[in-house]
Amino acid sequence: MTKDLSYADKASREMGKLASDENIEIIWDRFEAMQPQCGFGSLGICCKVCNMGPCRIDPFGEGPQVGVCGANADTIAARNLIRMIAAGVAAHSDHGRDIAYTLLLAANDPKSDYKIKDEEKLFAVAEVYGVKIENRDNREIAKDIAKAALEEFGRYEGDMVIAKTAPEKRIKLWQALGIMPRAIDREIAESMHRTNMGVDTDYKNIVKQGMRTALGDGWGGSMVATELSDILFGRPSIKRSKANLGILKKDHVNIVVHGHEPTLSDIIAVVSQDEKLIEKAKAKGAKGIVLGGICCTANEILMRHGIPIAGSFLQQELAIMTGAVDLMIVDVQCIMPGLSKISNCFHTKLITTSPKAKFPGVTHLEFKEEKAVEIAKKILETAIDNFPNRNKSKVYIPKSKEDLVAGFSAESVFEFLGGKYRSTYRPLNDAIISGRLRGAAGVIGCSNPRVEFEKGHIEMVKELIKNDTLVVTTGCNAISCAKHGLLKPEAALEHAGKGLQEICRTVGIPPVLHVGSCVDNSRILTVLSNIVAEGGLGDDLSDLPAAGAAPEWMSEKAVSIGFYFVASGVYTMIGDPLPVMGSKNLYNYLVDEIENEVGGKWAFEQNPIEAAHKMLHHIDKKRKALKLKPMIYKQAFESEA
Amino acid sequence: MDKIILVDIDKCMGCHTCKLSCALEHSKSSNLSEAIFEKNRTVPRIFIEKINDKCVPIQCMHCDNAPCIAVCPSHAVSRKNDKSPVTINNDRCIGCHECIIICPFGVIKNGPDGKSLIKCDLCIKRLEDGKDPACVESCPTKAIKYLSIKEVNTEKRRRYKVMILQNEQ
Repeated sequence: MTKDLSYADKASREMGKLASDENIEIIWDRFEAMQPQCGFGSLGICCKVCNMGPCRIDPFGEGPQVGVCGANADTIAARNLIRMIAAGVAAHSDHGRDIAYTLLLAANDPKSDYKIKDEEKLFAVAEVYGVKIENRDNREIAKDIAKAALEEFGRYEGDMVIAKTAPEKRIKLWQALGIMPRAIDREIAESMHRTNMGVDTDYKNIVKQGMRTALGDGWGGSMVATELSDILFGRPSIKRSKANLGILKKDHVNIVVHGHEPTLSDIIAVVSQDEKLIEKAKAKGAKGIVLGGICCTANEILMRHGIPIAGSFLQQELAIMTGAVDLMIVDVQCIMPGLSKISNCFHTKLITTSPKAKFPGVTHLEFKEEKAVEIAKKILETAIDNFPNRNKSKVYIPKSKEDLVAGFSAESVFEFLGGKYRSTYRPLNDAIISGRLRGAAGVIGCSNPRVEFEKGHIEMVKELIKNDTLVVTTGCNAISCAKHGLLKPEAALEHAGKGLQEICRTVGIPPVLHVGSCVDNSRILTVLSNIVAEGGLGDDLSDLPAAGAAPEWMSEKAVSIGFYFVASGVYTMIGDPLPVMGSKNLYNYLVDEIENEVGGKWAFEQNPIEAAHKMLHHIDKKRKALKLKPMIYKQAFESEA
Repeated sequence: MDKIILVDIDKCMGCHTCKLSCALEHSKSSNLSEAIFEKNRTVPRIFIEKINDKCVPIQCMHCDNAPCIAVCPSHAVSRKNDKSPVTINNDRCIGCHECIIICPFGVIKNGPDGKSLIKCDLCIKRLEDGKDPACVESCPTKAIKYLSIKEVNTEKRRRYKVMILQNEQ
């Protein structure tokens, strides 16, 4: 491997060097081999939606300026962009749909392995859907909720119900603009229809449909996934745990769960404590069973069970390279096809479980919710049986692991701030109003070999908290923050500004709050809505001194997330630009004009410090508009807003 | 050589279209969907290299005083006349690799069989038909051009004049 992971966590650096020494091809090598990558694709001006093409627009003006059908760069880039949104929304929302079906199963079958764990959340969601609670069995309520949630996908008239949890002013704006989502699947289908050959040509009209589709994710599919997962598996609660490859143990059976949905992993988390299975592991010469997560599956079971994190997206191959993973189980999303090749070089058994994601030559053990515990046990037994096959001379587990505190939710954050018995957002709003906190930022998203691994995440987050901005995090950003020690309460003393430090010290929270997986970005929307509802900081999401960012984005899901934040009125910063730079008009619309319509806009900045400064500038602009008090303590970065 | 390949690296998008069309030009069928299944796999003769943020296609320069011709002991590397491209006759090649060693640009490589030598022949058949090389014709941004020395100089002087004008403003 030629790439030196100079900024990454210590374990990744060690494993990168090992890959280099042992000549093992991993993602950074494949990225290098792919250079240079096609500029037309990067600029968004390659169109292959019909068989008159593929067509490409010459960004220098000498070659063709329109495709065979006559579509110009604006139309082509906008069509490509909303197809990315549609794919991202489909991924998140299909996850939501699966959770809704699992809730329906739990409601219908009293013998199901899934139970209603969180009654409080059940009642809260029942209220959203207008489901009657009084004198009814919880399972009956759950059944109505599951059906109402499933209706969000294919409702034939009216608007999405759960999206109406947004502030009233925002809903009215969406309705006036014609971007209030009607049904999740319908918006995805309409995006695909509009971008079919010879339909929508107006780039602004195309983006509008993109926003409506994305809103069906954040305020729809993802929100359904979060809320119904909470009902089934319980709302997250504050947990201490650890993160990085060092959580794997040399003398234990190590199982890594990787992917996104909690339906199987949550059951595995419970079943892995089974005494009989632990005994079986001991009979095979192991001291016990270690469960670790990768990607958002990791976040789901960390938040609810405190299961440690093995790593983030870019570490999935590194985990197998330790030679100590006896079994890696995957479901859907962010699973590199390259895993099957690298798992063949080690004893690791790779098992796919979703009928939606099979890999050639890889064992497929289909997961069925009806037999959840039985299948989970079978998986654990397979791992235990594979333990003796470990080649001890090939085992290398880096020592590095970091302590963390996670398990925050829209509800629990504020039990903390207001105290358990007077759970309220008031102290948070007051802290912003009085100038102790400058604002809040959601920093989320993937990792990408295109940029220096973790530099974007960590430098940005550190710069924000240094400037008294509370950071909430999800997905792979959360994992990077965990590995760099930013999810420890002590991190406030080392990295946060004085104002944020005071709050963290008083309440005992870290300066960076881990609120879950990538579908849990819906929790951030709920937090923002609650801040608006608490009062004193404007009456719409776009009034808040807040910003969002995905510094190392790579997935289409990130494009969807970004768009539902922008359409919700949030200033949204990403590192590498969206693939739209080949269209000047579309670029200008996204980073400027769109703000006049929805109150939020996109920003692209590759330098993480500069990016943080631009976010702070936006936060200051909002503070000024709200006529908030000046900051109590001098800020490291003063903007000109 | 009357004409040479000129690359405007500011315009190269790194799309690999030139590579694809080069391989296709040297295939048996000249049809993309058939060529990828041909028994004797066709390969491109052009390389796309990355220099910082820019891409640059590199291929045989067809040097007037070609060192590969000079060192070849079996006369496998040759050119028809002073104005023709440098080509390799694999039937005469003895596999000594002297041409690979001497080439200052690193553009002579082994073919997929591991024995034959492959390099850009400027699409000699296309030139005979009065066409430009495949890479030139296929480049979507016209970053690769096939120009006479006179045309190259005219183009360079034009750019120089633009630069002077811009500096004056």
